[in-house]
Amino acid sequence: MSTFEVRDLVKEFRLREKGGRRRLRAVDGVSFDLSAGSTVALVGESGSGKSTLARMLARLLPPSSGEVRVDGRVVGTGRGATRGYRGDVQMVFQDPFASLNPFHTVGHHLSRPLRLHGGRLTSSELNERVERLLERVALVPPDRVVGKQPHELSGGQRQRVAIARALAPGPRVLLADEPVSMLDVSVRLDILNLMDRLKAEEDLAVLYITHDLATARHFSERVLVMYRGQVVERGDSDDVILRPRHPYTRLLRSAAPDPGGSDPLTVPVEPASTEVPAGDQGCPFRARCPHAMSVCSRRPPEFPVGDGHLTSCWLYESSTEENT
Amino acid sequence: MNTQPTFSERWSPVLTVRGLSVDYEADRPVHAVREVDLALGRGEILGLAGESGCGKSTLAYAVNRLLRPPAHVVGGEVVFHHADGAETDVFALDGEQLRRFRWNRLAMVFQGAMNALNPVLTVRAQLEDVIRAHEPATDRRERGRRCAELLELVGVDPRRLDSYPHELSGGMRQRVMIAMALVLRPDVLFMDEPTTALDVVVQREILAEITRLRAELGFAVVFITHDMSLLLEISDRIAIMYAGRVVEEGGTERLRRTPLHPYTLGLLRSFPSLTGDPTGLHGIPGRTPDLAESLDRCAFAERCPYRREVCDGEQPPLVAHPDSPAGADGRAACHAHDPSRYGTAPPESLLRGEFRPIEESEVIR
Ligand SMILES: Nc1ncnc2c1ncn2[C@@H]1O[C@H](COP(=O)(O)OP(=O)(O)OP(=O)(O)O)[C@@H](O)[C@H]1O
Ligand SMILES: Nc1ncnc2c1ncn2[C@@H]1O[C@H](COP(=O)(O)OP(=O)(O)OP(=O)(O)O)[C@@H](O)[C@H]1O
Ligand code: SF4
Ligand code: SF4
Ligand SMILES: [Mg+2]
Ligand SMILES: [Mg+2]
Repeated sequence: MSTFEVRDLVKEFRLREKGGRRRLRAVDGVSFDLSAGSTVALVGESGSGKSTLARMLARLLPPSSGEVRVDGRVVGTGRGATRGYRGDVQMVFQDPFASLNPFHTVGHHLSRPLRLHGGRLTSSELNERVERLLERVALVPPDRVVGKQPHELSGGQRQRVAIARALAPGPRVLLADEPVSMLDVSVRLDILNLMDRLKAEEDLAVLYITHDLATARHFSERVLVMYRGQVVERGDSDDVILRPRHPYTRLLRSAAPDPGGSDPLTVPVEPASTEVPAGDQGCPFRARCPHAMSVCSRRPPEFPVGDGHLTSCWLYESSTEENT
Repeated sequence: MNTQPTFSERWSPVLTVRGLSVDYEADRPVHAVREVDLALGRGEILGLAGESGCGKSTLAYAVNRLLRPPAHVVGGEVVFHHADGAETDVFALDGEQLRRFRWNRLAMVFQGAMNALNPVLTVRAQLEDVIRAHEPATDRRERGRRCAELLELVGVDPRRLDSYPHELSGGMRQRVMIAMALVLRPDVLFMDEPTTALDVVVQREILAEITRLRAELGFAVVFITHDMSLLLEISDRIAIMYAGRVVEEGGTERLRRTPLHPYTLGLLRSFPSLTGDPTGLHGIPGRTPDLAESLDRCAFAERCPYRREVCDGEQPPLVAHPDSPAGADGRAACHAHDPSRYGTAPPESLLRGEFRPIEESEVIR
């Protein structure tokens, strides 16, 4: 059963600048499915629209256009519907330093969503649930952690409080924006394994936003690669990470460190700070692409390059003909 | 104690930390940094890694004199070595002296820096402030040009100068903070998890920029990160912390090839490979000790596959082990490399760099 269908989602921002205003398409027509019991990893350039996309899915930001369907239906925007939605769809924010309330204790951060969405609980049940959550994210001993305020915690400890808080209401969908970026490998693997277990046991659907290609590959079924607001490649995680086809994904892959792997990293990197104008009709990567051709001034549609493996690049235009 | 590594002839210290201890006062004080000895060479990049919550940020704050109550330095000293050989006792500075010293010598990119920009000022206003203060000779036009140049340096479109922090992505904000620190041209730059929101391509560009500037301006960097592969790539030397202490330290190549401390081994071995087999990906079973405890044993003992009786009774000192595969490079705090304490020579498997995690059930709690 498909949990989440994202269709043609667009977010435009207006930016002030010296000569007036300018539009920026932070998310530019993104579609994908997020299903119960599976993880989609979202990787891509810094500033490519990953957090904006997640915030739209969490209903913290209204899309400029496009829609999100849950189990085939567009969810209403009334208060009741929104509240139910927020319990089902939880987000772990990218910045744990900004997303926790400095005046509230860890215990408060966790018991609030439990009370709000967890049904009627006695206070001892509540404490027990809070402690179990803390154990799960390796914040121990729980009885000492509950009374702490965010500023008494290290960066990685705050990140784990944020994860525990998102798991508290027993969500069906978890939008995790760089949830483990400040954790050492050991705790990082624990948390990712925990998400993996919840996915299997409780049919959780997970969107895992990360810059870490290795864990994107190991902890997800599908990978989406974003570049300047668009999904430029998608497919099964092994296909995308091990056999990347889009020139941007290849660049990303070649820049990724691989301690245990064998292939050396060579590709020199062309810095590119210039943003694509909002009205641009071409391939967003063409300014940096070593293969750019004249056709690239038109936006490439998605071409299949393997089973369930698609990429938006004119280089693979012919593969469509072979496949059809 | 001789903390000077031997890998380079020209190595001279810019910062020496001796016996530094920091507590957070509470009913049961948290001993977050415990008798840390570390030396940073002039122009060197020192990587600092360790478990979440082991005291890395606290150490950086202490050295920068940025601790606020309830945190207190309870022991030790930090010495800054000037190029002409003069020394400054960092903990003795106060008032104007301290302000000037921090301003000229040290800079820090804080963990969570993406949240440290002023939300009501544009990026341009904030960058210009720093430039005006640090490069007073610049006029308005030149400052504008410098601002644009700085953003480009970190791969952000200069047209974003007029954006407010909330209009930038997490990684863009991190890059603005890095750009600001670079304006300061310090002798020592502390970077605490500065790249958590950057994709690997941008990360590489920025690291290349930092290494280039370092060569040009000669500053030293203390780089704190959980990303071991990044650390191995960028650092000249690496220090590994566990439960408030430095448990191993040495040249990057040596540490990669022949890590001595079982915790270092565990860290290096549990790093998931991009192309490798995904089965059995797990960290180091067991938990970090409570930092409120005083530790008169090896803090890693509960989780260590090589522990013996001595490990539970005596804290291993951080010393060189010249007979180990590391030779004269670096130090490690582990009894296993000291036959007189351990009882035998170090186990073969330890020397081979094996870390067979003990099962969770074997871990004594
Ligand atoms: N409120 C806003 N107003 C204007 N522009 C915005 C706003 N929020 C985000 N943007 C812009 O939208 C683009 C996408 O930002 P987003 O935060 O989604 O990127 P991201 O992929 O999460 O990047 P990172 O990996 O660095 O966190 C960026 O150019 C950003 O500056
Ligand atoms: N104000 C405080 N009161 C009590 N304990 C504190 C306080 N601030 C930090 N601590 C504790 O001190 C320890 C060290 O914290 P620190 O921030 O230095 O860790 P870290 O190594 O930087 O971790 P991370 O990698 O997660 O950022 C942590 O266990 C933390 O819980
Ligand atoms: S469509 Fe053209 S410019 Fe874009 S990635 Fe493919 S070859 Fe390069
Ligand atoms: S001192 Fe003992 S317990 Fe500690 S790391 Fe060495 S062998 Fe393991
Ligand atoms: Mg983001
Ligand atoms: Mg920290």
